[in-house]
Amino acid sequence: MSAPPPLLSVERLTMRFGGLLAIDDLSLDVAARKITGVIGPNGAGKTTFFNCLTGFYKPTVGSVRLNHPQRGVLRLEQLASHQVARSAQVVRTFQNIRLFPQMTVLENLIVAQHNALQHASRFSLAGLLGLPGYRRAEAAAMDKAVGWLQRLGLLDKADTAAGALPYGMQRRIEIARALCVDPLLLCLDEPAAGLNPRESSELNELLKHLASVEGIAILLIEHDMSVVMNVSDHICVLNYGRKIAEGTPADIQKDPNVIKAYLGEEDADELRADEMRTDAPTDPEAVR
Amino acid sequence: MAALVLAQHSTSPAERLKDAAAVAFIALLLGIPMIGLTTVDQGGALRIATRWPTLCIFVGVCFAGRLLLRYAIDRLRARKQARDRSAVSAPTVDQATSPLLTWIGWAALGISAALPMLFSENRYVVDTATTVLIYVMLGWGLNVVVGLAGLLDLGYVAFYAVGAYTYGLLSTQFGWGFWQALPVAGAVAASFGILLGWPTLRLRGDYLAIVTLGFGEIIRIILVNWTELSGGPNGIASIPRPSFFGLPFKPPGDNPTFASFFGLEFSTNHRIVFLYYLILALALLTNLFVSRMRKLPIGRAWEAIREDEIACKAMGINARNVKLSAFAIGAMLGGFAGVFFAARQGFISPESFTFNESAIILAIVVLGGMGSQLGVVLASLVLVLLPELGRDFAEYRMLLFGAAMILIMIWKPGGILSHREPTLRYRADGGRR
Repeated sequence: MSAPPPLLSVERLTMRFGGLLAIDDLSLDVAARKITGVIGPNGAGKTTFFNCLTGFYKPTVGSVRLNHPQRGVLRLEQLASHQVARSAQVVRTFQNIRLFPQMTVLENLIVAQHNALQHASRFSLAGLLGLPGYRRAEAAAMDKAVGWLQRLGLLDKADTAAGALPYGMQRRIEIARALCVDPLLLCLDEPAAGLNPRESSELNELLKHLASVEGIAILLIEHDMSVVMNVSDHICVLNYGRKIAEGTPADIQKDPNVIKAYLGEEDADELRADEMRTDAPTDPEAVR
Repeated sequence: MAALVLAQHSTSPAERLKDAAAVAFIALLLGIPMIGLTTVDQGGALRIATRWPTLCIFVGVCFAGRLLLRYAIDRLRARKQARDRSAVSAPTVDQATSPLLTWIGWAALGISAALPMLFSENRYVVDTATTVLIYVMLGWGLNVVVGLAGLLDLGYVAFYAVGAYTYGLLSTQFGWGFWQALPVAGAVAASFGILLGWPTLRLRGDYLAIVTLGFGEIIRIILVNWTELSGGPNGIASIPRPSFFGLPFKPPGDNPTFASFFGLEFSTNHRIVFLYYLILALALLTNLFVSRMRKLPIGRAWEAIREDEIACKAMGINARNVKLSAFAIGAMLGGFAGVFFAARQGFISPESFTFNESAIILAIVVLGGMGSQLGVVLASLVLVLLPELGRDFAEYRMLLFGAAMILIMIWKPGGILSHREPTLRYRADGGRR
């Protein structure tokens, strides 16, 4: 592929916790404006991979380069977690939802725009005095938050405490909140977990819209194959921290290594029921 | 017996009667030796006399009391269940600011403004009210750290002490006035807040509480032992009192005084009332400042840190700066209160800054309802006035105090006012657009 340079290139990433090799020599490119799926059995190192990308873990070996259109090449593995979101605009969500439960949905989305607002409030002085520059910034933040809430159908819940809402809605709020940070790359950790079929098909639409219309690259960890196979432009399969396959959804479904990893070999004794489940809907006909 | 006391289900009248009868029977058994029999001194010899009527009354009171208690518990439980049920059926209803609370706030402000006029001759009332206001101000300051940022600080009194000693030293050694020293003391206290904040950034919950507790003690012990600086256990005496824009509160002399300037007869009450209004103004400014900060990005970041620090980092928020700013601003407000305290007392010593004070300030914040400004006022009233009112009961006073705290925690586990007001709303804004 002689495509434009990738937005994110991960090279020889290794993460070791004591004797445990969580990620083993992983290299991966993430294209701009595309959806890249990361799948693999439980414990394959997918979330650890996200933690390495977003500064929550420092990888033992390897580099993560981000081609930022304005700021040039950024080495994500050297940045602290808040700098990854702030400077590199790589924003993530969490497998177990992490909202600010007592704050309202709208406040959650405004907090996500903290850096822009804090800058406008000039160390809170302009904010304390209520100067027009700060008020404009606040109104703009409000508009952005309301825009995303509307897009995700959450506007009527704007003033409700986020923790009081149902699970599926909290997932969407977390995505909306991440979008308020203006991500170049959005890392979603199992966004479809716990969603019903209707909600996950809505999620598919949203993800496609974000990539193609908003131009946000998406890195997607997901067990729900109806989502991954449907939306991903490119899929990377991990097992025991190693990349075992990479390619288009169609390639992946035929790949013998992947099938082995998910279903186990004839003589493998680690066949687990919950991994079977994730494999069940891989048939593209069942997706639709 | 335990089963009787802890019965979880609502009881029928017959069950209640049976329960009360059982309690009365136990009361009878205990009462026979304790009340029914008594020793009397008869001609130098001890004899046993009986008091059956008193015993009957005792058992009767136990029976009726148990019956009433059981009934009251059932009623309360039924009401709570009804409330829970309605809360479950409508969990997403937005709570608007209760007009009652707004009303209480304004009424409290009116009463506190009028108080010295109503009790102008009663020095005790104004003095006590001043003490309440000091605690209100400290509570509002600590509320930033504990209530908003969720950083459990058990050593808040250290910043109060830093403020008080900064003013004490600046005024006695360098002749600084109250208003000159106030901002400096605030800044010094804020730097101590950052000094404490740095090493504790990675700590949470219990661990943070222990370190802050230690910090509070370190400051106090330094004050006790560094005699050259702080005067040690003797403290700092004859700290100048604040003047009314340069007019001192003194008996008439050569220089114009407050009384002579306004043509009033000299009275020691002038200073008491002035101090009262001074702390009222400082406390109101604190309140204004904190409520305004809460609605700014930094205030929302404080609350977000309390809710989920990891999510904050993922949103690009520098958790270190946010925590340090909470520590610094909380400490600064505590420092201001300390300056006032030093100026009011005219004498400070390490004894005024013991852990007990930290515990009371923390209790004010927790009892008031974390993050609630009006709750702090109500809790300070309860916690300062109860021991004052209890003076007549002497040794029972701390018992009363403890009982009040337990009762509040049973009825209002989230504090007196636990409702959280959103910092901004879509609906109100949508109307304007």
